[in-house]
Order: sequence, then structure tokens, then C-alpha cells
Amino acid sequence: MRISLFVPCFVDQLTPRVGVAAAEVLTRLGHEVEFREAQTCCGQPSFNSGQWDVARPAAVRALEVFRGAEAVVGPSGSCVAMMRVFYPQLLEGTPHEAEARDLASRTFEFSEFLVRRLGVEDVGARFAKKVTYHDGCHALRELRLKEEPRRLLRAVKGLELVETEEAESCCGFGGLFSAKFPMISTAMVQVKGGALLRTGADYVVSSDPSCLLQIGGWLSREGKPVLPLHIAEVLARRD
Amino acid sequence: MADARTDILARIREALKVKAPRPHLRAEPGDPSPSKAGRPWLPDGGETREASLTILAEQLAKLKAVLLRVPDRAAAAKALADLAGAKGWKRVASHSDSLLEEVNAALPCEVWPVSRDFDKRRLEACDAGVTTCECLVAQLGSALVSSRSSGGRALSILPHAHVIVATADQVVPDLADALAKVRAGNGGEMPSMLSFITGPSRTGDIERILVLGAHGPKELHVILIG
Amino acid sequence: MSDPKSIFLKDAAVTSADAPQRAFIRKALGGYYVNRDLQKARYRDWERARDAAAMAKWSAVNDLAANLEKFTANFERNGGKVHWARDAAEAREIILRLVRQAGAKSIVKSKCMTSEEIHLNDALEAEGFGVVESDLGEFIQQLRKEPPYHFVFPCMHVKREAISELFTQHLGTPPTDSPEELTMIARRHLRQMYVDADVGITGANFLVAETGQISITENEGNARLTAALPRVHIALSGIEKVVASLDDLSVLLPMLATAGAGQPMTCYNTFYSGPKRRDEPDGPEEFHLVLLDNSRTRILADPEQRDSLHCIRCGACLNVCPIFKNIGGLAYGTTYQGPIGSVITPHLRGLKQWNHLSGASSLCGACTDACPVRIDLHHHLLHNRRNAAKENPTWFDRIFHRSFLFVTSRPALFSLGGKAFRAFLPLLKKLPVPYMSAWLKTRDLPEAPAVSFRDQWKKGAGRG
Ligand code: SF4
Repeated sequence: MRISLFVPCFVDQLTPRVGVAAAEVLTRLGHEVEFREAQTCCGQPSFNSGQWDVARPAAVRALEVFRGAEAVVGPSGSCVAMMRVFYPQLLEGTPHEAEARDLASRTFEFSEFLVRRLGVEDVGARFAKKVTYHDGCHALRELRLKEEPRRLLRAVKGLELVETEEAESCCGFGGLFSAKFPMISTAMVQVKGGALLRTGADYVVSSDPSCLLQIGGWLSREGKPVLPLHIAEVLARRD
Repeated sequence: MADARTDILARIREALKVKAPRPHLRAEPGDPSPSKAGRPWLPDGGETREASLTILAEQLAKLKAVLLRVPDRAAAAKALADLAGAKGWKRVASHSDSLLEEVNAALPCEVWPVSRDFDKRRLEACDAGVTTCECLVAQLGSALVSSRSSGGRALSILPHAHVIVATADQVVPDLADALAKVRAGNGGEMPSMLSFITGPSRTGDIERILVLGAHGPKELHVILIG
Repeated sequence: MSDPKSIFLKDAAVTSADAPQRAFIRKALGGYYVNRDLQKARYRDWERARDAAAMAKWSAVNDLAANLEKFTANFERNGGKVHWARDAAEAREIILRLVRQAGAKSIVKSKCMTSEEIHLNDALEAEGFGVVESDLGEFIQQLRKEPPYHFVFPCMHVKREAISELFTQHLGTPPTDSPEELTMIARRHLRQMYVDADVGITGANFLVAETGQISITENEGNARLTAALPRVHIALSGIEKVVASLDDLSVLLPMLATAGAGQPMTCYNTFYSGPKRRDEPDGPEEFHLVLLDNSRTRILADPEQRDSLHCIRCGACLNVCPIFKNIGGLAYGTTYQGPIGSVITPHLRGLKQWNHLSGASSLCGACTDACPVRIDLHHHLLHNRRNAAKENPTWFDRIFHRSFLFVTSRPALFSLGGKAFRAFLPLLKKLPVPYMSAWLKTRDLPEAPAVSFRDQWKKGAGRG
């Protein structure tokens, strides 16, 4: 299958290794991966800030960018939710509504795509570490993904998966919320981070790089030894 | 200026001119009624009488209510008398009812009948209120009392303990059955108060720690005959 | 500054930094999560039961006028009297008039959030009427002179030591650290109040159109006493509480209890239809119901958010909300706290002053999943944000997002901007850059990579 990679803007600029890892895993499974260089940002920051007039042209751009792609796969539950769930709402009543629905049906979150669309659980990865999984809220509640990433992780050789007490609690990122209400956002990551630390895991894994920015940023500031890792990075590992 | 009622109803009609999108629910508005649509998914109330009785007993135990099952009215009278003796009750309040007359007969203490315009203070000083009920709901462990058939409003809530005397044929599986029974039994005029009592009065207001007997009865006893 | 947003930011900064208090709240809710899950497991299908509950409320709200007319006709046929109030002031006037007519010397009240909404106690006290809150939590909050912290668990933030001190101070009772004893102190104190009061004021959880009954849900028995002993019973309810039929309650009552408090059923669910009847030994001689609009019709006029009128005030959305758990209920500064409060307060009190509550959310959606009547809570926060941006745009937001769009619409410019951003990131971290410096106060940012994904891709990365 020809897969069009959807790399969120901040992954492109701040954590490119996530995009590379996702491409590697898909390529290794025998698929042809493309990256359409016209893509930038899906418009979620503006959409979430209430600036729907600004988000609309960004969404229309994305429709054009991914026009004709058989499957659009993004390593971010949040940005995929933007396309899948919110584009149709954002573009409702515009001439783009139908295409938005069409794109929504062709867009997948990375772990969802592997498990549900490709029917793959074991991608041949090896990673002998203790990890705990953080559910990003968009993946969990907008896309209803819970088991998919866990199945993939359980199939990784040597990997020990431990659950966190506050598994379904938000990490407090919430996009610009994290900077507009930093005190609340920090309180939230303290709760989440505390629970993650109690698991004794070496790595906190998520399908959402934005959550990892928040959790990793807090862990690093607090000088904790637990490292954030995207699920694509784990699946790309063969050590 | 129009009166408030006219105004508010006009605002509502105006507001509803724009229809809300139909929600994506696995239930249809109106028919079958939401309650019928929801009923199969609620907690089980038992398919058979025995199953319902088992569920009722489990629920009452979890609620910290005391269930006493007795074979007949005489045994009920003895159970109530033993209870009053064990608790050291000096005065219990009750209402006029043929079943209660028999069951109260063996009580070793004063039985005070609430009647029209009774003295509230006197009722407050009673150790227990003994009432009948309209039905018992297995699904939830609830007892339905009413102002008509259970001695008014205060008898089942003001005294320190509440004893419900019921017969096994009063057990219904679920809340929908109980409501249907109420509707059938009361025809056009409902009693002014109908109350589903689910366990003894309780509160968690202090540190979310459960305490029984917040304002209503601290104890709930159900004497079930048959 | 004392606008609602500034007060919120100040208060939330204090409470969200209070780690011991936050831990206390989480611990207090611990038992709720366990019980809720146990009770939910007894449902043969909780999700489908939610559909039915939502449909019951959807049908009622979308046919509100007819349901209210039917309800009031039946309520009055049962011997009660309905009073309509367009707003809070009208509702207060009506209740004051009824209380005066009753020649009330003392008034006992059971928990009623709608009365908080209209500031009823202040109005009664200003006229010289003593009013006692009888719900234990509300009683404690009344003594503390503080509004409820949570609209179902009003004093869940108060530790037993503080309650003991409060009782010693006001009731002269000896100190104790037992919740049981503290509850019994309040019980003894309040019993006399019910017996003496001549007017009882309650809320209502549901109004049943078919039968003209009002339904009141409570655990303590205080509402039952309030509606049993005083000579006059006045109930206050929002117009949105009406449901079509008695049968609807067979779904709504258990779900209210399970979602909000983890119970199979709340201890007392009581339906009232009229004052004491001839064949009954006790009960009030008069029964009044005040039906309040107070901007509810404004919500009704917004089809997108109309479902927020489905709310049965169970409190589930607060119990699962990470914002609520970390800032606490008082910081909201609203009658209704938590997600539902953040959704409806802008409608009740003005979007301009209260939109910050919609912003103060990570949009995690835990509330929407918890809501037994399927209100689309977290998406409504997005809708409020959108409406606010349209109605009261701020120049900073406009410039910020338009510039961002300008850059992201041009891939080459985006790539260049990204490069510059990465190159200057170490420097930017030291400057007061909006948003970034707020982030950096408590969290690090990763080191910027030398090469972006798009540039690595060009060189063949990711393809084996
Ligand atoms: S919005 Fe839903 S969850 Fe929140 S209080 Fe209302 S009914 Fe309960």
C-alpha cells in the first residue's frame, strides 16, 4: 500500500526522529511511504483557540495536500483527531465538507493503522525495557484507541509493559492551554508524572508526541530518569 | 408587560424554532419510550420471583439494611418483638393497617398510632416507625412508601429506626415495574408523596466517609413475609 | 483588577499549587471511583442505558413548552401552585412574598443549587428571615460562610478538624475527629429546626409532565423532613428539569445515582404531588413551585449547545475532571463548578466575562465520557471559544494566529521559519517570549534538532 505520512508541524521541527521511525516501521512492513512536502500544520492550535476562521484555510490546505492519497497516517492521536473528527465540523456547510469527510475516512493514527487496517501486531521490534503507556486523550476519547498501542507493545520482544494508576488522566498538555494556564497544566502533569514514576518504568511511551513534550519536559525539569519515547520509536527499535 | 408564564413560554417557542440536530443515539424519541429503550440495559432485577428475592437480599445487605425473612404473620410479629426487645425500644410509632395490627400485636413496648394532626415532637421521640410499603424493588434494593399507605410523610423518616413490613408478593423486579404498579394502583390521584427508600439515611459529606443516619433513620429493617 | 478572569487566574494559581489539598481531594474521590465502577458493572449495558437517558432528556427539552404546560396543569390539578420567574430577581420576590404570607418565623431548606444561583439566602436574610441549610454539607458551608465547593459534595474540601472547630465555635460542642460524631452533632442540632420551621424550601431534580409530580433526590433525608414537617413547602426549579413521563425516571434515577455518587440509587427519591390530602395524616398545607428561566431559554436558543439543558446535576463530570481536581471548586467563582459550569456559565452570566473557563481546559474529554445524559461537554468548550473569538476578538489572538497561518500556508517559509526557530531556540528560551516563558517556568523543552524531518526526508531518511 502507498502510505502518505502526515507529520505534525512540531514533530517536523522538534522531534523529527518520530517521523523517521514511523516511516521506517511502515517501510519495513513492505509499504511504500511518501511524504508530501507541501504539508505544514493541520490548524489545530487555531481551532482550539476558537479561531475557526484561521483554522479553516489551514484545513482546506490539508485537504489539497492529501488529495488522492490512499491512506494518510500520522504518528499523533491529537493531529489525526483534528483531521478525522474536527475537519468535518469545521468545514460543515462549506463546499469542502464532503472532501473533509472523505479525508477523515482515509486518515489513521499510526498504531490504529497498524492494528486495525493492516492487521499487524508484531512488527518485529525488540526493546528489552520496562515501559508504561500513556494514553493521549485525543487517541483515547476522540479516536477510541486503547488496546491498539498496547497490543503492539506487548508484541515487542523483551519489552515489559506496566500499567499506570492514572492511565486515563490527562497529562495537562492541551495545546496552548499548557502555556495559557501553566499553573493548572503543571498541576496536572505532576499528578500524571507522579503516577508514571511509581510504575518504576524506564520509559513512558505514547502515541502522542505532544503529550510526550509535556511529560518529558516535566520529567526532565524534575531531574527524573524516566524518558519519553514515541511508540513509533519503540517499534523501530531492534536492539 | 405580559405575565412571566406567557413570556417564558414564548421565549421557549421562539428558541425551539431552530431544531437541534438529532443526536446519534441508539434510541428513538418517543417510541419506544426512552424508559422502555433503557430498561433492558439497566441492572438486572431477576426473571423469576426467586431470582428477584436473591437480588433484593444482596442489594439490601450492601446498603446496610437488615432483611428478616419470615414464613408468616405470626413469625413476623415475633421477629418485630424480638427486634424491639433487643434494641430496647420503648415506644414505636405505626399507622393503621390490618397487616400491621397483627405484626405489631406482640410488641413489648408502647405502640403509638399516628393519626390526623399528630404531635411532631412526640413522633420525633419515638424509637422506631413501623410501616407497610407499596412494593420492594429487587434491582436496586429500594422500598417504595407513600403518604397514603405508609402512614403519611414523617413516619418513615423522622424516628430513629424504620421497620418496613412487606409480603413476598410485593417484590417487583425493577423500577419500571414499581412505577407501573404505582400508576395502576393509584388511578387518577397519586398520593401526595411517594418515596423510594434505598437503605438507611446516609451522608458522605465529611471527607466522603460514609456515615449512616444523617437526618433520616439510622437503621432500616425489612421484615419480609413469605 | 477584579474581573472574573483575573480573579480566576489568581485563585487557580494558589489552589493548583496547594499539593496537600489536591491530594486530599483526590483521596476523597478515591472511594467514588471504586463504587461507581462496581455499580456500572451491574448495568447490562451502561452505554446503551446512557443513550436511553440522553434520549429521555432530548425529547423533553426539545418539546419543552408542551411539557411545561402539561406539567403545570397537572401540578395545579394536584393542588399545588406554580409561579413563573423570568430571572433571579423575580424568583426571589416570589419566594419572599410567599414566606411573608406564611408569616414565617423560621425557614428550613434542603440542598438546592438553583437557590444558590439566585442567591436566595442573602435575600431572605436581608428581610430578616432566618434560614437554615439542612443538608450536612450545605449546613457546614453556611456556617463557613462559603459557597458550595462541588454542587453535589458541597464541603468535600473541608477536613474533619476544621468541621469540629466550626461546630465547637457555633454549636458549642466538644471537639471530635470522628465523622460519625460530627454527623450526629449536626443531626441533633437540625432536628429541632425541622420541627419548629413553618416554611420548608427544597429544590427539584425532575418535574414529571405526565403526573404533575416533582421528584427530589437526596441521601440524608433532610429534604423529606423539609417537605414533611413545615406548614408550607416551596420548591424552586429550573424549567429544564421537566421530563415527559414517570417511566423516564426508571432510567434517570438509577443513572443519576451511579454516575454521580457510585450508588445503585440515591437513598431517597421522592415524588411530591400537591399538599397533604384529606386521607393523609401529615404534610404541608400549601405547596408552591417556582419555575425559573434565568437565561435557560438563551441556552435553548442555541441548538448546538441545547443538550447542556439535559444536565441532571449528577456531578460526574466534576468528579473526573482534572481541572476541577487540581484547582478545586471555589476557584471557578460560579454556582455550577466543573465542566458543566464552564459550559453554561458563559450563557448565564455573559460570554465576555466567563469565556476564560472554556479556555481553562485541556479538552481531555473525561467529562463527556462520564456524563450519563451524553452532553457533549468538552466540545461545547470549543464552541464557546469559537463564539467568544467571534464576538470579542482580542488583537493578540488575531495577530498571533493570522501570522501563524501566513507562515504555515507557505511550506518554504515554514521550513525557513522552523530553521530560524531551531537555531535561535537556546536564545529564545532566555527571552520573555509569550507562551514559551510560561511553559519554561516548570517544564523543559527538548534541544532543537539540527535537521527537521522534511530535510532528513529529502536525504532519504526513513526508507530503510
Ligand atoms: S453535565 Fe452530565 S455529568 Fe455533568 S453534572 Fe450534568 S449530567 Fe452530570
